[in-house]
Amino acid sequence: MKLRPIAGIMLRQFYLFRGSPVRVLPLFAWAAIDIVLWGFITRYLNSVSGSGINFVTTLLGAVLLWDLFTRIMQGVTTAFLEDVWSRNFLNLFATPLSLSEYVLGLVLTSILTSMIGLTVMLLLAVPIFGLPFFTMGLLLIPFLFVLFCFGIALGVFASALVLRLGPASEWLVWPMPALLSPFACVFYPLAVLPPWMRIIAYALPPSYVFEGMRAVISGHAFSLSVLLWGAALAVFDIVLAALLFSRVYRYAVRSGLLARYSAETVS
Amino acid sequence: MSVLEGPRGGAVAAARGDDDDPAPEYALTVSDLCKRYGELLAVDHVSFRIRRKEIVGLLGPNGAGKTTIINSILGVLIPDSGSIRIGNVDAGRRRSRALARTNFAAVYATLPGNLTVRENLRFFGMIYDIRPLSERVDSLLEQFDLQRLRDTKCGVLSSGEQTRVSLAKALLNNPYLLLLDEPTASLDPSAAQIIRQHIRELVQQGECGILWTSHNMYEVEEVCDRVLFLSHGRLLLEGDPKSLPREHGARNLEELFIHFAREPLAPRAGTQP
Repeated sequence: MKLRPIAGIMLRQFYLFRGSPVRVLPLFAWAAIDIVLWGFITRYLNSVSGSGINFVTTLLGAVLLWDLFTRIMQGVTTAFLEDVWSRNFLNLFATPLSLSEYVLGLVLTSILTSMIGLTVMLLLAVPIFGLPFFTMGLLLIPFLFVLFCFGIALGVFASALVLRLGPASEWLVWPMPALLSPFACVFYPLAVLPPWMRIIAYALPPSYVFEGMRAVISGHAFSLSVLLWGAALAVFDIVLAALLFSRVYRYAVRSGLLARYSAETVS
Repeated sequence: MSVLEGPRGGAVAAARGDDDDPAPEYALTVSDLCKRYGELLAVDHVSFRIRRKEIVGLLGPNGAGKTTIINSILGVLIPDSGSIRIGNVDAGRRRSRALARTNFAAVYATLPGNLTVRENLRFFGMIYDIRPLSERVDSLLEQFDLQRLRDTKCGVLSSGEQTRVSLAKALLNNPYLLLLDEPTASLDPSAAQIIRQHIRELVQQGECGILWTSHNMYEVEEVCDRVLFLSHGRLLLEGDPKSLPREHGARNLEELFIHFAREPLAPRAGTQP
């Protein structure tokens, strides 16, 4: 694997961001709006509930982490979709670029762009709404690791889906995080889910993060081994997604789909 | 000599060559290539070779299999059988290494319109791992008279300008093998003539072999050293574009093209009609 082709993929994305404010704005705008909206909601809930629960910490913290996960996933897919939108597959894959170099370039782009979103969200949530984000201490590292890994896995999976089903399947990509959110236990404990939903929740790495976050905030015991299981699951998902992308790519090259991608079919 | 027989044996011999040979005799060796899309046999046991500094025209009617062959050489389509060697590198086994020595320009594969000329060249230069990149990009901008357009987005360039940018990108890595799929299709006669002259000069000065497809028979006669006629996925004829029509009783290359394009195929020996 060579570094310069990977840097080339990232450079291309940088050029796109540099040349278009329309691309820069979504990196933080929607996440910032979410933080402001939920910041006021949680502040209001704190003032009327009298339950002693700090909604800023529980709900706003959850919104921030979920938005971060969404940014990571969409960072990968948006970078991939740039090649779909500009019909660049033929130019790109007729070069010495390997599939792993290409995907790694997309992933690194996504990590950098989602860090921008995270910074903006923290700049709003911590000083304005008093979110004690860093009170989670060193546990933040595994929490963020799991979310980054699963965001990357889902982004690669979504890209494989678009590569296989054609440009119009883009609409399937955007609602994916929303589709997963009821099962990921972002705002409520896993215990409130019916049994069949719990089975799905156990298979989703973010559910371990949000369970862990709530336990830490409320001062309850939290098993590190459970979080490690979530991390292992997230890494496993990345491997699965990479294998799927590779398989879909091989199919596209063998069937002629890649060369006629805009036709969406080889028949 | 029939192209269906001669080059195949030679290709087998070339396939035994050493990967590290710095100056292989052939820029491209295609051996017994087959590709089927469902019931349609798009490429049927095609074999040919291109020497360095040689321009070979790949001719045939629409749907003859030209683009399938080009896509197979470029690694964006895996053939069902057969082999492709670029220089002495087996493209099937060492894809990245083979494609590092190859490049292409095609009228249907324009560069991303949302990047400027210079950004596109730098982006692809990084992908091809060109060093020193800035000097190479500046040299190509000068060579193709693109300096004043360097900061213009490719999407707003004229067809002729886009063709020049595509050719500049195609020469970024000093390829052994250059594939040009109808490179002058959208150009006016004057711009097309300039591009043809440019490519001729490049071949004379450099070391690469070129596979050129075009439906403009005048252009093929002017540019190509040799032509291959393809129909229904089969290679039917090979020869010098200037003498080939006379040898087959045609007045010119266009007449020969029309004759072969309309000729129904005789079944292969040993196959069902």
